[in-house]
Amino acid sequence: MAKNDLQGALDLLILKSLSQLGAMHGYGIAMHIEDVSDALLSVEEGSLYPALHRMEQSGWVRAEWAVTESSRKAKFYTLTAAGRKQLAAREKNWEQVVKGVQAILRFA
Amino acid sequence: MGVFRRGFRRIWALGRRAKLDREIEDELREHMRMRVDADVAKGMSPDEAIRRARLRFGNPTVVKERVDAEDAALGLESFFRDARYAVRGFVKSPGFTIVAVLTLALGIGANTAVFQLLDAVRLRSLPIQRSQELAELRIVGGNKGLGITDSAFANFTIPMWQEVRRHHDPFSAVLAWRGNDVLVGKMTEAKHAHGLEVSGDFFNVLGVAPWQGRLIEPQDEGSCEVSKAVASYAFWKAQMGGQPITPKKTIAMDGRTVQVLGVTPPEFFGLIVGERFDLAYPTCTPPNPRREMFIFSVMGRLKPGWSIERASGYFTSLSPGIMESTAPDGYSAEAIKTFKSIRLGAYPAGGGVSGLREAYDSSLQLLLAITGLVLLIACANLANLMLARASARQREMAIRMALGASRGRLLRQLLIGSSLLAFSGAAIGVVLAQPLSHLLVSSLSTSEYSIQLSIVTDWRVLLFATGIAVLTCIVFGTFPAMRGTSVDPIRALKAGERGVAGSRERFSLQRLLVVTQIAVSMVLLVGAVLFVRSYRNLMTIDPGFRESGITVGDFGFPMEQIKPENEAAFKRQLVEDVRSVPGVQNAAATTNVLLSGSTWSHGVHVGSAEGPSRFTYVSPSYFATMGISATDWARFCGDGHGGYSVRADCEPGFRAQILRHQGAAGAASAGDAGAAIPGSHVPSSGNGGGYQVQRSARRARADGLRSDRSVAGHRARAWSCDGD
Repeated sequence: MAKNDLQGALDLLILKSLSQLGAMHGYGIAMHIEDVSDALLSVEEGSLYPALHRMEQSGWVRAEWAVTESSRKAKFYTLTAAGRKQLAAREKNWEQVVKGVQAILRFA
Repeated sequence: MGVFRRGFRRIWALGRRAKLDREIEDELREHMRMRVDADVAKGMSPDEAIRRARLRFGNPTVVKERVDAEDAALGLESFFRDARYAVRGFVKSPGFTIVAVLTLALGIGANTAVFQLLDAVRLRSLPIQRSQELAELRIVGGNKGLGITDSAFANFTIPMWQEVRRHHDPFSAVLAWRGNDVLVGKMTEAKHAHGLEVSGDFFNVLGVAPWQGRLIEPQDEGSCEVSKAVASYAFWKAQMGGQPITPKKTIAMDGRTVQVLGVTPPEFFGLIVGERFDLAYPTCTPPNPRREMFIFSVMGRLKPGWSIERASGYFTSLSPGIMESTAPDGYSAEAIKTFKSIRLGAYPAGGGVSGLREAYDSSLQLLLAITGLVLLIACANLANLMLARASARQREMAIRMALGASRGRLLRQLLIGSSLLAFSGAAIGVVLAQPLSHLLVSSLSTSEYSIQLSIVTDWRVLLFATGIAVLTCIVFGTFPAMRGTSVDPIRALKAGERGVAGSRERFSLQRLLVVTQIAVSMVLLVGAVLFVRSYRNLMTIDPGFRESGITVGDFGFPMEQIKPENEAAFKRQLVEDVRSVPGVQNAAATTNVLLSGSTWSHGVHVGSAEGPSRFTYVSPSYFATMGISATDWARFCGDGHGGYSVRADCEPGFRAQILRHQGAAGAASAGDAGAAIPGSHVPSSGNGGGYQVQRSARRARADGLRSDRSVAGHRARAWSCDGD
């Protein structure tokens, strides 16, 4: 059975974004999720940063201070090998969850 | 790798908490600015953009706290927070804390004390260079009572040592030594000191460097008149005032003036664990060394590439040749055959040699098991206390869980609390262990034989104490913590102030603990009662001789410069003189004090029966003096038939043989006692039969092995009355 991990969705979004973007800062990740989802999804800062720091503690992402294109100093996050593994596992898990939820919704 | 890096990061983060906080602030502030920048770029006024960003962001402090919590949740920071919290809890209930820590300190202290002794006796290696290379050569299976054996460690006669000195392929170098008591000081006020007779290479092979002056070197070996010696650090400090060693430094040893060459380092105590040498002096090779006297312990340093087993094999295959060329004469063919069948083997000696090991090893292990049980009881006790505490805090736990604390978090907090208790207990325990060990050692020492062990808290002891602390923590901390955190918050809160103290489950655990405690206590109690009984039996047993009111004094003929032909007269006179001292009831002379265990053996022939028997020389007044029931003994002693008689009280099998030949109890026969006539046969004047004492032990005049004593002698399986 898929782990019932709807809360893990944010982690999944962040990990996936980072895998698409390479190194990115928190604001960039939030914008990416909004843009790509056509503003259907919006990530709150109050959830984003705790999640990023938790992933850093768990060794899924690595953080480095660098300068942005608009020459602002920002903390850039990149996926680690462990993070990539985590992403693969979560993607698979997410598919299961979606399948499960859809099955419930379609039940007549 | 990752684990280490993360661990390191956390430790590092500990020291730069403030910097980390600033970083989080920076990160969040930059985020806001980027959003404002973006909105302004879209054409919003800066003020409006800042307002919107703030609205969106919410309370920055709350966000910062949440990020901070993520950083800290897994870090050491929270560990210290938990530890602080636990300490605050303990300070609030000092009674509980003191009882808990003291119980643990006593339990862990007792265990550590016993372990420390085991460590000193058994585990620690000698304070020499590369001690693991040191191997001792020993007779495989012991020397079977052949000849005279000087000490428990003596496996080599001088000729055997000379052979090994010539042929020792597995060893880069060999050394020989023996312990030999010496008298230090002027004759009238001479004191006993532990002497160590060593071969010239002794200190070089061991790699012991001088503390002062120089140590004994090969060129010092030679003259049998001892003229040079080396002092141990302790002796030098205590008896020589610790003054610098100069070439003119001398000391009176065994009535001779001896030059003190140097001092050994403080940690070097010789090779016997549990004893300490005072003076080391070079050995010598007399022109006609005794071939039946085992005096030396021989050790060597293994060459690279040689294992103990291979070396052992080498010496075993070399043994027939060695024994062939060193066999003594004057023994029966059978005894010579036994002698030649001796095989030598190599044994690891990096830990030194010790009689303590054999004598106390199993006792110490038993003691360790007992103290382990005591600690177990202490743990059960503490677990009960912790359980009671946990139930008192159940409401607190319930509230915290209701507020969102995870069970793991609470569990960790409780375990940190109990490990704090365990480790403070262990710390005090390690300190307590020192006096406890010394107490144990002093209770094992007697006035005659004092045990000199260096008891130090080394890494093994610390590791042991830490291990115990962890173990106790698991035993007494885990169950109560599991129980304490397995509360259902709603039920606990509903139950109000009383908590859920009535839970059946908790009571059953407590009952289990109490039952365990009582069961283990019973085992210990019964064990203790048995010990006390055995001890009482030992103390009240009738040894068959007088135990109190006996004074023993030593003297040696060589020291007094008495001519051999006058020794008998001198001894008689001495005994008479002592007897005439007011208050002295009786006096006697012997070579071996009762229960000291030292004797020497001869082969004894009774008709066709033959076997080794142990002998002790005693003067005619001996049995009367020692209060040994006269009926048996006196008949054979000093009864005027030339003074030579032997009482055989041999091993049962041998006695049966003798009795068969004698046809009467109490084999009355004759033997050679005082006179040194090998193989003499003295006809018996008793009730038939006779001994031929195969070979007598010569009086060890020149080597000072035998020092006559004014009283005692027992345990020897055969007595001979000194008829001189």
